[in-house]
Amino acid sequence: MTENMDGGRALIRALELEGVEVIFGLPGGAILPVYDPIIDSPIRHILVRHEQGAGHMAEGYAHATGRPGVAMVTSGPAATNIVTPLCDAYMDSIPMVVITGQVPYAAIGTDAFQECDTTGITLPVTKHNFLVTDARDIPRIVREAFHIATTGRPGPVLIDVPKDIVDPKNPRSAMEWYWPESVDLPGYRPLTHGDPVLIRRAAELILAAERPVIYAGGGILKARAAEVLRELAELTGIHVVTTLMARGAFPDDHPLALGMPGMHGNYTAVTAMQRSDLLIALGSRFDDRVTGKVSGFAPEAKVIHVDIDPAELGKVRRPDVGIAGDARLVITELVRAVRDLQAAGVHPPDRSAWRSTISGWQERYPLTYAPSEPGEALKPQFVLETLRDNTPDDCIVTSGVGQHQMWTSQYWRFNHPYTWVNSGGLGTMGFSVPAAIGAKVGRPDRMVWAIDGDGCFQMTAQELVTAASERIPVKVAILNNAYLGMVRQWQEMFYEERYSEVYLSPDLPDYKLWAEAMGCVGMRVESPDEVLPAIEKANAIDDRPVVIEFRTDSSEKVYPMVPAGMSNDDILVDPSQGEGGR
Amino acid sequence: MSGAAPPHHLLSVLVENKPGVLTRVAGLFARRGFNIFSLAVAPTEDDRFSRITIVVDAESAPLEQVVKQLDKLINVVRIDELAPGEAVERELLLVCIAAPPEVRSQVIELVGVFEGRIVSVGYDELVVSLEGSPEKLDDFEELVGNYGIVALQRTGRVALPKLRRRTPLEAVPEAG
Repeated sequence: MTENMDGGRALIRALELEGVEVIFGLPGGAILPVYDPIIDSPIRHILVRHEQGAGHMAEGYAHATGRPGVAMVTSGPAATNIVTPLCDAYMDSIPMVVITGQVPYAAIGTDAFQECDTTGITLPVTKHNFLVTDARDIPRIVREAFHIATTGRPGPVLIDVPKDIVDPKNPRSAMEWYWPESVDLPGYRPLTHGDPVLIRRAAELILAAERPVIYAGGGILKARAAEVLRELAELTGIHVVTTLMARGAFPDDHPLALGMPGMHGNYTAVTAMQRSDLLIALGSRFDDRVTGKVSGFAPEAKVIHVDIDPAELGKVRRPDVGIAGDARLVITELVRAVRDLQAAGVHPPDRSAWRSTISGWQERYPLTYAPSEPGEALKPQFVLETLRDNTPDDCIVTSGVGQHQMWTSQYWRFNHPYTWVNSGGLGTMGFSVPAAIGAKVGRPDRMVWAIDGDGCFQMTAQELVTAASERIPVKVAILNNAYLGMVRQWQEMFYEERYSEVYLSPDLPDYKLWAEAMGCVGMRVESPDEVLPAIEKANAIDDRPVVIEFRTDSSEKVYPMVPAGMSNDDILVDPSQGEGGR
Repeated sequence: MSGAAPPHHLLSVLVENKPGVLTRVAGLFARRGFNIFSLAVAPTEDDRFSRITIVVDAESAPLEQVVKQLDKLINVVRIDELAPGEAVERELLLVCIAAPPEVRSQVIELVGVFEGRIVSVGYDELVVSLEGSPEKLDDFEELVGNYGIVALQRTGRVALPKLRRRTPLEAVPEAG
């Protein structure tokens, strides 16, 4: 039995069949026909105030749930506004499907109103994109898009839909409904299982190493591999660093946890990697913010590199054993291979010296800051510690990009996967508020705090109107230091304190009034004794968004720091800790 | 062809025959700063697929990364990197040569030596079609250059792997 349908209804039905529960979007001319059937669909639509917000919400949703985020916007400027989230999702391997309207097929290439070459523009920042040319292709393309976005190395997929093929008034939209049983993509066969020979070789290296470190990346979270990672670490007794994208993939309160490596990583995580004789890179990609100067990175280490994307193996550092495959499956096999070798009597060398070296670094170089004296400005780290200690252990935390992001990644204790949502690869300022909204929509049972800087907040704050009108009770902590703080820090350290265009003013805008104008509860905190009461008040509000502006010390800097382009050996610790390890 | 150029690499890329695929492939080279030396693309015997033969100037290590990135394109089905000695390469050349009556017979003789074909004749010019290995075409191009080339178009090379031949003594591999 056939069912006649139009492309617009087919698109919405295909999304329903893909299990989509929410679309973040904003309608406009070219996408109008697809918005009409949304009225009759069980899918929830969240009307954003700017298309960039829709994209970051879809990302936040995907981060928090593991399911693909979906955003839908119109053609032209709406499509260009969502390019940033697409690129962000591409860099951080976030599964996302974005649907854009397009001018009618016959008008493409005529410089029509609100026309832009969306598939052309988004080609380098999507895992794949489609320009639909025939209404009959819609169910197949939607299936393929979700399959591509969610399998292999996840990523964003865009579907560009010309208006005529979704408009029931146009004969080109007519089609017979069908739902493909499977996808047929001859050029797309994501790897899953690793090569058993290589896994065995990796297990041998692991048992032979004297100073091994597990270098866990965001791929652990994408592969739902946190449990097997823990099994591997505990079985072998090997310490684990978790990169910015992997915070939460290994519990910070675990005795083997070393915390975050990289440019603003803690001394022990950075230095353990530097001195290691075996790096076990699992779902991590040797990002420049982790390696520092590549030629000086972990010079004595052999490398085992496990990644779902074969192009990552050898891209930055040539591995001694490179295994292409899904992190969860490969680590599971690796655990088995290590057990087999242990059963056959293979045991690692004595690592007690290495363990005591590590605990020596931890004792000597913990994260630290100088608490504020009475009358001095609030320290951002103090705000974060208080927030951390007064929120549930499974609270979801999002952040923008800059100092507040680094302090949060350092000072929060992430003990559960999928509790940390941030923009790592692209470093997108303004990510925090919309990502928090998306995360809260996906996990309404969880408390969600957006940590933000004053610079970041001003980029996407309008989405709090979305949150207020949709009753999405996120909480926002603005660490207002009146500056583009990270840029200020670089100007202070590397540009002789010549502060060029980084001052933002603490009072303009008035964040409390702005929050209230957007339908949120607004608070301002200026002294340490106000911090806890404000947080407690915010935690008690569950029917609308809350914004707390914390007036923090402008001069505070993020330490430790490996200056850009330097070797990780040149790590600068907090000035109170002296010269570092060298 | 210049003598000191970086090494040529020959990639035979099987792609889905869909709009925009060439842009995806060519764009990937451009984004990574590679110059495509020549490019030939046409459908294969199966009209769902096209084959792109790309000659690219690159060192091996960066090329490996491009090939891996290329392999990530959804529409790319298969990539073979063909080593120069292990590929059959062919190219077609059309050239319009200045050939006034006093030198025309010399030109025709040269075309005969190279087993080319004269496909168009004018008062002072000839258009010649020549197929062969890229090296043969290079030689021909150099020699007719003495007479004056009015216009020249080469297709870029197409290539397939050379077939492996068993020696009579070599055992036939068992099935499975």
